[in-house]
Amino acid sequence: MSKKFFQHTSLWLSLGTVLVIGLWPIVTHNALNRETAFTVLSAVALASSLNILLGYTGYVSFGHVVFFGFGGYVGFYTINVLGWNIWMAMLAGGIAAALLAYLLGVAILRLRGAYFALATIGINEAVRAFINNFAPFGGPTGMTLNFKVYKAYGGAMHALQLVFYIMVGLTLIVTILSYWVRTSKFGLGLLAIREDEDAAEVMGVITPSAKNWAFVLSAIIPGMVGAIFFFKNGTIEPGLAFPLRTSIEMIVMIMLGGQGTVLGPILGAAGYQAMRDYLLVSPLFKNLQLAISGILLLLIVLFIPRGLVGWLRQRYPKVRRWLI
Amino acid sequence: MMDALIRSLIDGLLLGFVYGIAAMGLTLIWGVMNVINLSHGSLIALGMFSVYYLFVGLGIHPYIALVLTAVLGLIFGIIIYFIAVHRVINAPELSTLLATYSVNMMILGIGTAIFTTTPRNIPLDLGSIQFGDTVITMTRLIAAIISVGVAVGLFLFLKYTRPGRYIRAVTDNRDAAEIVGVPSAQVLALTFGLGTLLAAVSGGLIATFFPFTILSGETYELKSFVIGVLGGLGNPVGSLFGGLILGLIEGLVPMAMPTTWTPVLEFVLFVLILLVAPNGLFGGEE
Repeated sequence: MSKKFFQHTSLWLSLGTVLVIGLWPIVTHNALNRETAFTVLSAVALASSLNILLGYTGYVSFGHVVFFGFGGYVGFYTINVLGWNIWMAMLAGGIAAALLAYLLGVAILRLRGAYFALATIGINEAVRAFINNFAPFGGPTGMTLNFKVYKAYGGAMHALQLVFYIMVGLTLIVTILSYWVRTSKFGLGLLAIREDEDAAEVMGVITPSAKNWAFVLSAIIPGMVGAIFFFKNGTIEPGLAFPLRTSIEMIVMIMLGGQGTVLGPILGAAGYQAMRDYLLVSPLFKNLQLAISGILLLLIVLFIPRGLVGWLRQRYPKVRRWLI
Repeated sequence: MMDALIRSLIDGLLLGFVYGIAAMGLTLIWGVMNVINLSHGSLIALGMFSVYYLFVGLGIHPYIALVLTAVLGLIFGIIIYFIAVHRVINAPELSTLLATYSVNMMILGIGTAIFTTTPRNIPLDLGSIQFGDTVITMTRLIAAIISVGVAVGLFLFLKYTRPGRYIRAVTDNRDAAEIVGVPSAQVLALTFGLGTLLAAVSGGLIATFFPFTILSGETYELKSFVIGVLGGLGNPVGSLFGGLILGLIEGLVPMAMPTTWTPVLEFVLFVLILLVAPNGLFGGEE
């Protein structure tokens, strides 16, 4: 039993980290902690999802927040206009994001390197600009939930609690998904694409379909996170749903923890959010929070490009067997 | 109707030249060193503030301030290159994208703290001239003329001077250029400096007719991407034409549909061109 258990050390470590973050506000019974944990967990879920594309497959999506925003809009629309419940809305958000990713993937995954990165920025901006003009989604002013919606969940208090549990669940799911992809044969194909796409193709990886599935998998959870995030938020507008900066912050989190590993994005996201929260409340650094994050990012890119977990793997070869 | 059309056409074209040199900075850096400079927008914004403070603070005429801004931009760009880009110049593109984005974050963070986000504008009114029924704002006309001058200057510099020839050599083949004795690190630094110079100058020009904040750069950075792709990434001359196309779109679209549809068209066009003609509408690099 123990051998089997240790075989999946990385999965247990990752799930354990997520659970600790998720249980912390429940144990301390503190609503403020719950808000913090919610932000951290949504960052973990987004970063881990993007890592499937960026870390495993080597395709840098700079506009990944488009799936968060699009899923959020579709979910919000189903709740606000169609009167669906949060579960159905979440599902709708996930499916909408996955469909968008599938269609986009067919077109833009042919591009490589920086051209792909540019195309993803362009798509995020195009979708944002389109929704800005799209009357059913409220155009530039967006939509606002009627407060009565929360009654079905026993009032706003209970709704917030429920949304938090859903977030914990989603983050656990994305962790398992990320681990499964990393250790499966499908994931090996993705890693091969990352190292050398042409060689991978020659070796029998069906690269177009593998890349497209990686893209779809990396989009589903952000779509669902978007749906519950904006349900909790109560209002949605284009500026909130498609911020390019959030997109890049996801990449920073992945880099911080270690791209292409399961545990890395989780630690990176938690660490980045903790640092940001600290800087935002500190009177000395409040205004310079962005600049300090920038300096941190530059130092990582220049000196520890593999991130924390990658650095550990490189420094201590023994841990490579179980730390991924 | 016809008057309005001509007027918005001219406005668009004049703006297009200014956007064109902003994009030229981006595409020069891309062409020579395969780096997409994500700090481009904040450098444009710094150019705006440089002209603003030289004028409002020291009373230097904006067009002379523009020359100083160009020099400052060149130096600043070279510094950025050695601090942030040089070490990762051969790394995968993710590293250079993030390195330049980190510079962007630093500039925006410090800039927001110093300048706040209150909109500024440069109080410069040179009147306007009239052709028949068409009125052209002087600041825009002069900005377009300066832009064309800068573009021609860059072209001559690349074509006829020794550093210019070095830059073209490194663009063609960096390894081969190094073998025959081209100091590639200096050439790359100079290129980054020139790209920054172009960003700063375009920012300074835009500031003479549009209000701005430290965050305004992002819009122009995105426009630069669109133009760069229209004209062909790595093709500085194509950028000028790309700028004109964008200017035309911005001038003509409001005649047919609400202005807010312009960015939708621009970005859809951007992605489509990346897909069908990644080397731009005018073919590949020269």
